Amino acid sequence: MHALVFIKQVPDASQVRVNYETGTLIREGVPAILNPFEAHAVEEAVRLREEYGGKVSVITMGPPQATEALKECLSRGADNAYLLSDRVFAGSDTLATSYALYEGAKKIIELEGEVDLFFAGKQAIDGDTAQTGPGIATRFDMPLVTYLMKLDEVNIDKKEAVATRLTEFGQETLKVPLPAFFTVEETLNELSHAPLPWLIKAAQTEIKMLTGENVNLDREQCGLRHSPTKVKKAFTPEKRQRGETLTGSVEELTQKTSDILVPFLKKEK
Amino acid sequence: MAKVNEITEEEKEALSQYKNIWVFVEQTGGVAHSVSFELLTKARELANKLGCQVGAVSIGKSVSHLAEEAFKYGADKFYYIEEEVFKDYRTEPFRDALTKLVLKYKPEIFLIGATTQGRDLSGTVATELRTGLTADTTKQEIDPETGNLMMTRPTFGGSLMATIICPKNRPQMSTVRPGVFKAIPVEQPKAGEMIKEKTNITEDQIVKKILKKVVSSEGNINLGFYDVIVSGGKGMGNKENFHMIKELADLLGGTWAGSRKAVELGYVPQSRQVGQTGQTVHSKLYIACGISGAIQHLVGMQTSDIIISINTDGEAPIFDVSTYCIVEDAIKFIPKLIAELKEKNLTPVKK
Ligand SMILES: Cc1cc2nc3c(=O)[nH]c(=O)nc-3n(C[C@H](O)[C@H](O)[C@H](O)COP(=O)(O)OP(=O)(O)OC[C@H]3O[C@@H](n4cnc5c(N)ncnc54)[C@H](O)[C@@H]3O)c2cc1C
Ligand SMILES: Nc1ncnc2c1ncn2[C@@H]1O[C@H](COP(=O)(O)O)[C@@H](O)[C@H]1O
Repeated sequence: MHALVFIKQVPDASQVRVNYETGTLIREGVPAILNPFEAHAVEEAVRLREEYGGKVSVITMGPPQATEALKECLSRGADNAYLLSDRVFAGSDTLATSYALYEGAKKIIELEGEVDLFFAGKQAIDGDTAQTGPGIATRFDMPLVTYLMKLDEVNIDKKEAVATRLTEFGQETLKVPLPAFFTVEETLNELSHAPLPWLIKAAQTEIKMLTGENVNLDREQCGLRHSPTKVKKAFTPEKRQRGETLTGSVEELTQKTSDILVPFLKKEK
Repeated sequence: MAKVNEITEEEKEALSQYKNIWVFVEQTGGVAHSVSFELLTKARELANKLGCQVGAVSIGKSVSHLAEEAFKYGADKFYYIEEEVFKDYRTEPFRDALTKLVLKYKPEIFLIGATTQGRDLSGTVATELRTGLTADTTKQEIDPETGNLMMTRPTFGGSLMATIICPKNRPQMSTVRPGVFKAIPVEQPKAGEMIKEKTNITEDQIVKKILKKVVSSEGNINLGFYDVIVSGGKGMGNKENFHMIKELADLLGGTWAGSRKAVELGYVPQSRQVGQTGQTVHSKLYIACGISGAIQHLVGMQTSDIIISINTDGEAPIFDVSTYCIVEDAIKFIPKLIAELKEKNLTPVKK
């Protein structure tokens, strides 16, 4: 079994604050973390390896600092980590990102062998687009299962999987041939603590580099210049003003509040 | 070398073949998702500015009856595919069918609901079309100079807004979450044109099979339907205390919801979570009880008309967006408020 997980390093969005005076994000001191959904994707892939044997590879496209996120995946049990990094990727939107990752993944297949299951997070917490996974799956023309809640069955010999995904109205269980592409929910599994030998192995595993030198890239599909979407402007959301603070005794407060609410009261029939 | 945003004559020519605005009418079992009508209303407004038409497009086993509703919300044309293979939504056949329709009719703008289905579909269709897709937009405007669609969306969990354009590729695609726009029927709906399309997709070409569907009624609550939402956070202390949240919501003819922490603690089902990773609401009244007001929560509710917050911490960020701030223990305050409201409800008020 060979699983490939697409992972992204993101700023911890819950710690990003806004400077309303300058209209910018305060990113100093905000830690870069592994996108939370991918921790679950790696966990699932590693569990499969423990059950069926084989290996787990991870890839990220990003600047050299993204190595940190790859290392975290190694210590969560991944076997190989690839950093896809090149200046031509700067400013890529999701279409250009999915292109780059598609080419990167093809290179990994060439180096490591066929992949049975591809995983990505449901969405990245900085951009929140949830588009990159579907984009890569489409380029491979491979069945896509988004919002994965449970991998019910995986049969590597028969090249088949049964998976349950979230839908607008509940859940559905699908049968798909492998290779297939899954984007995962956090509820897919509980994260476990990596045993010490994995941590030691991770520390000794080298991150492999993928660049324009060793990956076959069509530069006409890379980076800001070839991204169909452009950011015209970025601004901080308009801030509402703090309104009236109701004061007085609890009785007075209940009075005041209920007066405000009276127009909304459901009339007794 | 042409500058990034400069458009050559050739490119202009190619772009000019694309006209009109399309909206994907999402349906399950023949029932349309409300977001489709919200988007049709928006599309009508944009089309009036651009002087073009609105096309509604739907795919399923039986969808032609949705045309009437689509026309009511401003569609001029209804494009549809009715075939057995489209009985249930599956990514690949829907992707292929929709991509074909877009290539045939060349809409300039294409709007899709940011539902689980819409997000699944839009990313694959945009990739097939090699065009840009802007997710979860909250504002759509036409640039008066270029006629391009300007799509504004929150990023970094709502800390920053970005206005995105897609100047050189068509269609300009974007998804919009349910509840962001209001669905308003047009004043004089016209019976539009129905255009039926066919595919040659057969069941044996589709590798993905649906084995089971579980419909959970809790899974499909649409908070956007309610004018009044009473929402509780971690500060409500335990699940039992949500009885008062529900009771207050009921008295006010609304529904109840919660923050992500309340969901994580098991006080509230995920389907009722408000915020970045939950639902977006624009209620007339939003009452936040024991919610701190993290940015990821605020993005889901701060455009509500009246916001009343009850929090023991007078400096809680939720107060920064609140119309009325009540610095009290919600667990003690709400029962008193309920008692008072019940009393008021019994005494007839003069209009
Ligand atoms: C990627 C990402 C996505 C997220 N998406 C969402 C989302 O969609 N929705 C969401 O809500 N959050 C989301 N969050 C989480 C968010 O950052 C906050 O952690 C969460 O909103 C806090 O919930 P809370 O206000 O209930 O809890 P807390 O922040 O713990 O606040 C509890 C509040 O209750 C008050 N309180 C305590 N006791 C009482 C009492 N007796 N009476 C009155 N007040 C009391 C306290 O003063 C405090 O202000 C997301 C986070 C991340 C990283
Ligand atoms: N630069 C990247 N490198 C690797 N994987 C990525 C990258 N960007 C996005 N992904 C994957 O695609 C998912 C969805 O990202 P997004 O479309 O940005 O919301 C993420 O959770 C990752 O699994």
